[in-house]
Amino acid sequence: MAESATVPQISDPPTIRIRPSRGWIAIDFRELWRWRELLYFLTWRDVKVKYKQTLLGFAWAVLVPVGNMVVLGTIFGKVAKLPTDGLDPYLFILAGLVPWQYFANSLSMSSNSLVGYSHLITKIYFPRLFVPLGICIANIVDFLLAFSVLLVMILVMMGLPAATFVLIPFLMLIAMTLALGMGTALSAMNVKYRDIKFVVPFIVQIWMYCSIIVPASLIREKWGSLAYYLYGVNPMAGVIEGIRWCLLHNRMFVEKEGVHSAVEAPWGLMAAGVPMTVLTLVFGLYYFKRMEKMFADIV
Amino acid sequence: MSDVVIQIQGLGKRYRLGQTVDLSRTFRETLATLPRFFGQKARQAARTLAASRAAARAAAESSDPETPPGTFWALRDVDLEVQQGEVVGIIGRNGAGKSTLLKILSRITTPTKGEALIRGRLASLLEVGTGFHPELTGRENIYLNGAILGMNRFEITRKFDEIVAFAEVEKFIDTPVKRYSSGMYVRLAFSVAAHLEPEIMIVDEVLAVGDAEFQKRCLGRMSDVAREGRTVLFVSHNMAAVLSLCTRACLLEKGRLVLEGPTPNVINEYINRAAKEIDVPLDERTDRKGDGRARLTSVSVRNERGESSLRCGDRLRIALGYRADAALKGAKFLVGVYDHFDRPVFFLDSQSDGGFHAELPATGEIVCLTEPINLTPGPCRVNVAVLLNEFLADHVIGACGFEVESEDFYGTGRLTERKNALCLLRQDWDLGTIDA
Repeated sequence: MAESATVPQISDPPTIRIRPSRGWIAIDFRELWRWRELLYFLTWRDVKVKYKQTLLGFAWAVLVPVGNMVVLGTIFGKVAKLPTDGLDPYLFILAGLVPWQYFANSLSMSSNSLVGYSHLITKIYFPRLFVPLGICIANIVDFLLAFSVLLVMILVMMGLPAATFVLIPFLMLIAMTLALGMGTALSAMNVKYRDIKFVVPFIVQIWMYCSIIVPASLIREKWGSLAYYLYGVNPMAGVIEGIRWCLLHNRMFVEKEGVHSAVEAPWGLMAAGVPMTVLTLVFGLYYFKRMEKMFADIV
Repeated sequence: MSDVVIQIQGLGKRYRLGQTVDLSRTFRETLATLPRFFGQKARQAARTLAASRAAARAAAESSDPETPPGTFWALRDVDLEVQQGEVVGIIGRNGAGKSTLLKILSRITTPTKGEALIRGRLASLLEVGTGFHPELTGRENIYLNGAILGMNRFEITRKFDEIVAFAEVEKFIDTPVKRYSSGMYVRLAFSVAAHLEPEIMIVDEVLAVGDAEFQKRCLGRMSDVAREGRTVLFVSHNMAAVLSLCTRACLLEKGRLVLEGPTPNVINEYINRAAKEIDVPLDERTDRKGDGRARLTSVSVRNERGESSLRCGDRLRIALGYRADAALKGAKFLVGVYDHFDRPVFFLDSQSDGGFHAELPATGEIVCLTEPINLTPGPCRVNVAVLLNEFLADHVIGACGFEVESEDFYGTGRLTERKNALCLLRQDWDLGTIDA
């Protein structure tokens, strides 16, 4: 609807049938495609507006993870002396923080998004899914900025990273899918229960300590393989271990029974998180679509 | 091929009581419905919840099986067909279901019953400037708002200069809109909306913005849209605008479509029904606005001799009774008089007479005596309001009505009717002398 006759791909004016909707409504991908420009504009707006009227602007996307790295690296690496798979503790922490911050920001911003967009939702029709989706896309800009700092640190401290580099987009896709799945569910819940906005920061905080501080190898060593895979049910653990491996570990060698061999890729850990991610996305979209018809009435 | 572009059948929307106002239930309330899992406290909360439910149940119409306790129909059993190119006005009092109807047709919310078919591209303007971001420039907001309203980039680019020119903001197009004056902001917002080219347009009260000059241009733009053969659904409280724009009108009352037909007939019926409302004593009316720090309890319109039958040339003596908890400071009383089409006739403001500077007693009566009114015979309606320190304390639309009776105003034995003029003037006619 609402596309002009000048749009070549739509020839006939559509007939829209408005009916009471019950239960599960399938996602109308054609509708999403028709409105794709709005997704572009919403994303563009989020990026453009985020650092308006700040002195430092996009520098914040870098300063926050670097600041966190200094604090966490000092506490856990230098003071508590937790193992870091033989890596520099600051590098170890930052390699976890960069993907984590993308996930955490996308999650917390999208869970507040529908309420924040209430002026739009009650006044105009558009695919509501674009609200959390736009945020998950817009945050990629911040991620890339923070990631470039991580790269510079790696270049300075360890030299060029290896070809496994190309796996990183796939790992980030897992992080994005998970953020979108949880973001859709939580944003829809937040429309009805404003408790969500208090719960999310708390969860994000705890979750961060569960994902980026302890190396997975330590868990396998101490509690065995079962614990290791259970740890992987948290998809972010796989994503973070995977990114560390892609960037850092595959260029290191460990001594095992007198033989030097390359550090194993955490395939199992990464695989353990995938079903969880898919499940989260399916549930998130299902719940979102089920609640969608009520958004304008109760937001 | 049928020319019906909007076909509505048995459309209804049921809300839970309080849903529109405040139903952001918290977890605690939901959990409270499972009291056996929790201790004494939860049981207590459940009891409170049950009590409020019972109250809601009592408030709802109970006998109807389609209206479970605690729910009400904002819109019910509405049937309507709109032909291509028609401009249909939708009128009714606040809460009659007008906005609900528009929200369903614009797909913002879903109906509970019935169905609506819409043939053609539809754009809805329930508000101007939806999605405007204060930090973005005028140019950026045009693209953003255009996309939100369903235009694509190519279309916006093509219309860009026209939009900017209509809004008269050429010089500030690269300035963030937060630096705009409110007039500029509204002009730009309306301009984007006005350059949409949908086949069906749904418009809600957007004309109630901007200065008089701009409103006139907006109305002009609306009638252009109508002339271009596009279909318009127009909701407004401005009867004059409805009258001038719409060929057909629908009257909604308590969620039902009670009348449709030619605009003047429907507006007349609306005013007549509003006049019947007036029989309810002012103090008992519930359809009021304001914070309630003072309450208008009675209103009467008589002539200067205290007679309730008013003739053309009489002075009006309007008495407003009020009640408040404490003495009134900075009180301002307003009285608006409207004709049978709800067009404003007079606006009386206690400030125009210097205002009340002294404190007024907590309960009392304010009397306003006007100059002679020279209105043609016909019904009039009165809105009343009281403001305390410029904040609305009480406001009732259609607080009372009065009828101006026919009178031989000019002493010629001939009467001028309402359809010829609203107002009469004494006049002198003479042969003019031409000065060379």
